[in-house]
Amino acid sequence: MNQHSRRTNIVEARGLGKRYGRTWALRECTLAVPAGRVAALVGPNGAGKTTLLNLAVALLAPSAGEITVLGGRPPGSPPALDGIAFVAQDTPVYKNLSAADMLHLTRNLSRRFDQAYAERRLAELGIPLKRKGGQLSGGQQAQLALTLALARRPRLLLLDEPVAMLDPVARHDFMTTVITAAADDGMSVLLSSHVLTELERVADYLILLARGQVQVAGEVDDLLASHRILTGPAAGAERYAERPVVHSARDGTLSRLLVRAGAGDAVPPGWQAHPVGLEELALAYLRAPGGREPGPSDAETTEATI
Amino acid sequence: MSALTMPARPREDPTARPVPWRRMAWVTWRQHRIALTGVTVFLGGWALYLWLTGLQVHHAYAAATACHPAASLACGEMASNFNDAYGARAEAIAALLQVVPALIGAFVGAPVLARELETGTFRYVWTLAFGRIRWTLAKLVPLAIAVSAAVGAFSLLLSWYYGPFVADGNQTALAPTVFDLRGVTFAAWTLATFAIGALAGMFIRRVVPAIAATLAAYAGLAAAAGLYLRQHYLAALVTSRLNPPATAWIMSVWWTKGGRFAFAGLPPGSLLMRICPPSGMGSGPSRFKPAPGTITQCVIRHGYTQWTSYQPASRFWPFQWIEGGWLLALSVLLVAATIWLVRRRPTAA
Repeated sequence: MNQHSRRTNIVEARGLGKRYGRTWALRECTLAVPAGRVAALVGPNGAGKTTLLNLAVALLAPSAGEITVLGGRPPGSPPALDGIAFVAQDTPVYKNLSAADMLHLTRNLSRRFDQAYAERRLAELGIPLKRKGGQLSGGQQAQLALTLALARRPRLLLLDEPVAMLDPVARHDFMTTVITAAADDGMSVLLSSHVLTELERVADYLILLARGQVQVAGEVDDLLASHRILTGPAAGAERYAERPVVHSARDGTLSRLLVRAGAGDAVPPGWQAHPVGLEELALAYLRAPGGREPGPSDAETTEATI
Repeated sequence: MSALTMPARPREDPTARPVPWRRMAWVTWRQHRIALTGVTVFLGGWALYLWLTGLQVHHAYAAATACHPAASLACGEMASNFNDAYGARAEAIAALLQVVPALIGAFVGAPVLARELETGTFRYVWTLAFGRIRWTLAKLVPLAIAVSAAVGAFSLLLSWYYGPFVADGNQTALAPTVFDLRGVTFAAWTLATFAIGALAGMFIRRVVPAIAATLAAYAGLAAAAGLYLRQHYLAALVTSRLNPPATAWIMSVWWTKGGRFAFAGLPPGSLLMRICPPSGMGSGPSRFKPAPGTITQCVIRHGYTQWTSYQPASRFWPFQWIEGGWLLALSVLLVAATIWLVRRRPTAA
């Protein structure tokens, strides 16, 4: 990763909102995803993930606020189209075109295309070039779409629910390809998912989206370092007030609190502190009705700590 | 799985030239070659049939016109036989061919955008570097030119086929069924229907409903043009002569008396009974019926004047250019609206 990409925000949104009729699919979304990360956009179905990704490639126009990509470029502008590869959910390939035709089409309509890489990778995956898109399995279609995206050598790879349709093995292979490509040339990745498994292996930046709003966003390491699981007597949960509680749950006679606290923060008597895993952290924020971290400053302070 | 390593990414090109237009040629051909082949086979089949039957028509017509002396009874019978033998079939073909612009416009034009929107592939192709507005243009313009040119060539054959019927004075070149098969209008209707299809596809986003909407829109527009619009392209001529040119397109006939409107069309029976009663009234079924000309003469003797408004056949080309012109303008507007929708329309996520 070079210094330039370190300083750039690969996706930046300010007060971004998208409304369908009277319903806000995305609202007051402010975030800054630094370049060179594999960022996961996590949230339940209908949280606004797809809307955010579509806004980033100008398939949607914002109803409010603004969004820029690749360090201040408007989505849909020539450099943005050139530098971003978008793999949409469920519909990655033309069903009636062969894999070879898909390569041809993408090569013709892109400013650069690594044909040799694409052919090597399809051969390795065992996807015949003559096979039509509609005759490929769901996993093969996803891999073909990913191959096409990577062969364009994008600066940013956007993946919308890439592994939702895949079995565990295909899912693992797919994500391995993504993180390898990202590590090899510093490509940034923003992927949406409602699947939390494997997130820890893949993502180094996390954006939690629920009910059309950003609940928390930041470097995975920072998030894990600034949250703790506290377990203690169920009766004491109501009185705990030392640190902000994101989410509390009862487990028999024990209370289990996710609190915003670092390793240095004092643990109240009778309580035990544990580090939190990414999956549990994500679940806690998604379940917490008002668990939203205070606003936009989060993304900006994260950036400042780089 | 051993992931391939990627070679270093080339530096961003600061000049950022757009992807050349010509790169869409293969894409457009690859995605629409079946539709274009279908159009070629469809028109080719018709062309072969029209050429073979057209040779018979021209042969018979040449024989009829070569007849000498032209005023003789035998020659009149030959001309009449020609119309009896070939006229009905020519009219049936003309009626059938009215659907050609509709079919081509609907089945080639409507799916261009509707299929991408229906299957979701627009999310892929619209986010490639070529750009979606240029992509739309690079699809619609060559396809529109291809289908219009094919139908334009086809209508040259139709002009040849219908030449004898128009030339022998029994059918006006401006008649609704043959006017838009000849000249530039057949191609112009195809172009306009193609543009309707493209816009309907972008608007409706589903292939089959877009095709249906296109067919309905064509039917409505073609009926409106044939029944109401075309006769007003130029002010109709009005004559009080009893025999306007046989090749003229008659709009209406009405009568006046003393400068005041009397009645439209044929003289009403009550009037005829009063002023020109048929001789031999009441003598049973075998009563003498006067020829229509005689009745007309009789009515005129009573101070009535017959007026006929008509479009002369010499206006064929002015009418062709007027209709071709507004259809071309409409097509340009529809394509512009399609581009606007591609640019603006928020796509459902």
